[in-house]
Amino acid sequence: MTQDLQDLADLITQKQGDAVIGTDIAFGELTVEITPASVPDFVEFLKTDRECRFSTLIDITAVDYPTRDKRFDVVWHFLSMYQNHRIRVRARVRESDMVPSIVEVYPAANWFEREVFDMYGLMFKGHPDLRRILTDYGFRGYPLRKDFPTTGYTEVRYDEALKRVVYEPVNLVQEYRQFDFMSPWEGAEYILPGDEKPEAAKG
Amino acid sequence: MMDGGKGFEDAQTGEQKIRNFNINFGPQHPAAHGVLRLVLELDGEIVERCDPHIGLLHRGTEKLMESRTYLQNLPYFDRLDYVAPMNQEHAWCLAIEKLTGTVVPRRGSLIRVLYSEIGRILNHLLNITTQAMDVGALTPPLWGFEEREKLMIFYERACGARLHAAYFRPGGVHQDLPPELLDDIETWANEFPKVISDIDELLSENRIFKQRNADIGVVTEQDALDWGFSGVMVRGSGMAWDLRRAQPYECYDEFDFQIPVGKNGDCYDRYLVRMEEMRQSLRIIHQSIEKLRAPEGKGDVMARGKLSPPSRKDMKTSMEALIHHFKLYTEGFHVPPGEVYAAVEAPKGEFGVYLVADGTNRPYKAKIRAPGYLHLQAMDFVAGGHQLADVAAIIGTMDVVFGEIDR
Repeated sequence: MTQDLQDLADLITQKQGDAVIGTDIAFGELTVEITPASVPDFVEFLKTDRECRFSTLIDITAVDYPTRDKRFDVVWHFLSMYQNHRIRVRARVRESDMVPSIVEVYPAANWFEREVFDMYGLMFKGHPDLRRILTDYGFRGYPLRKDFPTTGYTEVRYDEALKRVVYEPVNLVQEYRQFDFMSPWEGAEYILPGDEKPEAAKG
Repeated sequence: MMDGGKGFEDAQTGEQKIRNFNINFGPQHPAAHGVLRLVLELDGEIVERCDPHIGLLHRGTEKLMESRTYLQNLPYFDRLDYVAPMNQEHAWCLAIEKLTGTVVPRRGSLIRVLYSEIGRILNHLLNITTQAMDVGALTPPLWGFEEREKLMIFYERACGARLHAAYFRPGGVHQDLPPELLDDIETWANEFPKVISDIDELLSENRIFKQRNADIGVVTEQDALDWGFSGVMVRGSGMAWDLRRAQPYECYDEFDFQIPVGKNGDCYDRYLVRMEEMRQSLRIIHQSIEKLRAPEGKGDVMARGKLSPPSRKDMKTSMEALIHHFKLYTEGFHVPPGEVYAAVEAPKGEFGVYLVADGTNRPYKAKIRAPGYLHLQAMDFVAGGHQLADVAAIIGTMDVVFGEIDR
């Protein structure tokens, strides 16, 4: 299994050397990291190459790492129903970057890209219809970003006097609580006053 | 020029000029199977364009999951596809088990298979019968829901809840099945073929049912691939693709079952595939009951360790067990950093979870890949050119449930 994946990784690196930044096999899954600009060509290659033949697009999503300069990982999953293997493709992008759309190659990418746009605010270049999909009409903000609060900013209710639904800023009767149950011995890092210096000298 | 055509355009009022008609299908339409709003552009009765508006049931599951522990997240999966809840939990458990390297004991694995197949029958019963109702038959849902009720009682007897089971846990299943339950499931499984053949008799050769379904919503093999279909939607189009066979998880490789495929890829073939899948699920149920009764099938149902609670007996006598129980249900277990994608063959298709763990007690990111999302996406493509009445039949056959699509 791992050997097959290694062979596949070698093949992809060999044929698409310009696009591939690195490959990794973990938990029996192959991950290929590529440059964002090369996405359409690389995906086209995955679909058409006889050895790869990734017939089905499984998923597109993004992961937010707010501290990183290239903040988002865009992640594509593909499955080959003919060769019976899977691949994960990853590209790092900045917040302001346009990610090339792959709707031309896989029509199924349409809603996934809309969802990533909706949830993370990433723009897809060449997408025919980049609207919000899961959130409310007229929603503002990108909910799955780490800096978006779980409670959101607005709440809706039906106003009996106005006879319509009204939007208001969130008003919590009790403050939203997020308990930190992490064990202090292995979880959070508590730095005692005066301890910063030796730590800084070490690192 | 007496045909009223050429030369008289200027005499027509705006009303008389033929224009396409836009209608809203849903969000409260009974045939929309939930809160689906379709904006349909109609030319007469022919659907020209179909724009599904989803998200009316969006609950932000993926956002909520990021602030809860792995175990607290498990019940969210029941609420995705609430027609067959345990199959969803399964994907989440598999993802965690893959990251932590947990091996599920044999009995736990067999119980999971047994309940996954019960879930498949639950789902197919609902789908076939309500789809039949969408095209005009009232009896099938009444018969089908009677059986669903029996199956939900099996859910209840195993875990205490009819729908939101939270029964599959990382490392196995939460508790063992009583032996009488196995007997009762077996009795039911012996009687159920009668019900399938009743429904079969009612629908399969029914003239109206056939007229409404045959050659409606035809999906070719290439279309199914392009639009990312899975499950019955590809099998109905002639591809024998089933994750239980192609990439066996749990202990499905020990079971003897067949994968039905359709020939024409229309609604009628998908109906037939679902009917046959129920029969195959019954075979798996019989086999798993037999395996559970065999000596090898006895034993613990959960991998005892960090992921699972200690037994009640231990908690009464051992301090460590008590601490372990407390820490498990407050802090939760830690999952080593890494990313995995785990998928199961849910009744609707490939249900997957992409999990990014950062080594803490909460997932850093979890993406739920619902099969219905892709099926509904292709609505514009599949329904285009069909009659308005066929839209209901197509939605029915796509087997959409908004819990999992809107998440």
